[in-house]
Amino acid sequence: MDKTLPDLATAVAGIRDGMTVMIGGFGGSGAPIELIHALIDRFIATGHPTGLTLVNNNAGNGHVGLAALIEAGMVAKLICSFPRSADPVVFTERYLAGQIELELVPQGTLAERIRAGGAGIPAFFTPTSYGTDLAIGKPVEVFDGRPYVQERWLKADCALVKAHLGDRLGNLTYRMAARNFGPLMCMAAATTIVQVSRIVAPGGIDPEAVITPGIFVQGLVEVANPAQEEALNRANARYPEVAA
Amino acid sequence: MTLKLIPTQMAWRAAQDIADGAYVNLGIGFPELVAKFQPPGREAIFHTENGILGFGQAPAPGHEDWDLINAGKKAVTLKPGTAFFHHADSFAMVRGGLLDVAILGAYEVAETGDLANWSTGPKGVPAVGGAMDLVHGAKRVAVMTDHVTKDGKPKLLERCTLPLTGVGCVTRVYSSLAVIDIIAGRFVLREKLPFLTYDALQAMTGAILHLDGPVADLAVPEL
Repeated sequence: MDKTLPDLATAVAGIRDGMTVMIGGFGGSGAPIELIHALIDRFIATGHPTGLTLVNNNAGNGHVGLAALIEAGMVAKLICSFPRSADPVVFTERYLAGQIELELVPQGTLAERIRAGGAGIPAFFTPTSYGTDLAIGKPVEVFDGRPYVQERWLKADCALVKAHLGDRLGNLTYRMAARNFGPLMCMAAATTIVQVSRIVAPGGIDPEAVITPGIFVQGLVEVANPAQEEALNRANARYPEVAA
Repeated sequence: MTLKLIPTQMAWRAAQDIADGAYVNLGIGFPELVAKFQPPGREAIFHTENGILGFGQAPAPGHEDWDLINAGKKAVTLKPGTAFFHHADSFAMVRGGLLDVAILGAYEVAETGDLANWSTGPKGVPAVGGAMDLVHGAKRVAVMTDHVTKDGKPKLLERCTLPLTGVGCVTRVYSSLAVIDIIAGRFVLREKLPFLTYDALQAMTGAILHLDGPVADLAVPEL
């Protein structure tokens, strides 16, 4: 078994028009910048994929990564919890112009919907959002005297995730708080593609230290020294780069 | 004479109520400042929704690691005993009732304990984050806020006018002018700035400020 992929273009080649794509990361930490930019490269070259539904905690910052994907016009709908950032201009303009659909989900509910999607649990009840606009239209039940809102699982055609170490079997570790949604999204997508800072031989990750077992991963590509969204934004980077 | 508390002073006051050993979540923005003012001899463990327990203060400029950030996307540091975890575990800590205190920002708070802090209505971009989970999960939910809006309108009201974050969840408000408890659907005034009369404070509050025992001076150091 060897799940390693030769390059970023191959890694994102399977993403088609209209797919639901989970993208790991919380703000810039854990954002798979190189995978996202490879997807933009494919769109620029071929006009596809487009009409994507993205799942991420946020809506991008500045003009790189997730924001650049939206700016390129590839995104029809965003499912997220917090679409504000230091520089949210790309999403904000499209949202207020009615050009992108937003499904706002409380952060813990978003995480649990993704976890449920990966774990084969089609629905669950949570106290979160009870009595608010975000519970409108959802079934409510009382358990042990307290009201709970029913939420549905969330699954994806593809997940793009950033991890730290990976082996050819797909076992992964993450770096610090870049873990965030990664382990959950790996579970919830039909095809999970991961960029890792280093591919190691099987056994190179202590079995006690594996965070995502390889069964949840379909492909991985090595990106040494991956870009950090925050660092790119502090340098006023744009993707694709605009010729001066 | 202190006309109103600045955010660091509100944060200082909120920090005085955090017990030794408490697990604490601080909302994005001004509530993040509470972590700076732990009283000597007390150790609180700070939780951030993106998956860290027991993180340290902000690093010196230039020493940020952007894989090590808090919920406000600001850089934090490691300290002995820090733990990382994924988002489902993070919100198991929240909904599972393991956090002792959550301190959140507010657009509006009602005397019923209702909180509105995620949507300013159809003309803006709504953003809920972890607030709706925290209000149902933390054992104590407090709010840190200016007493009035930028144009002088009360933020403490009989009923919220903006979309709710949670129903009947807030039990204490640390405002720029006062400390107010919410008990059985009423605002109860506990502390106010010394120069401020009850009537002046009441005039800036959109619901009745009840009295239940003496009102202490809201005494906060210059910060």
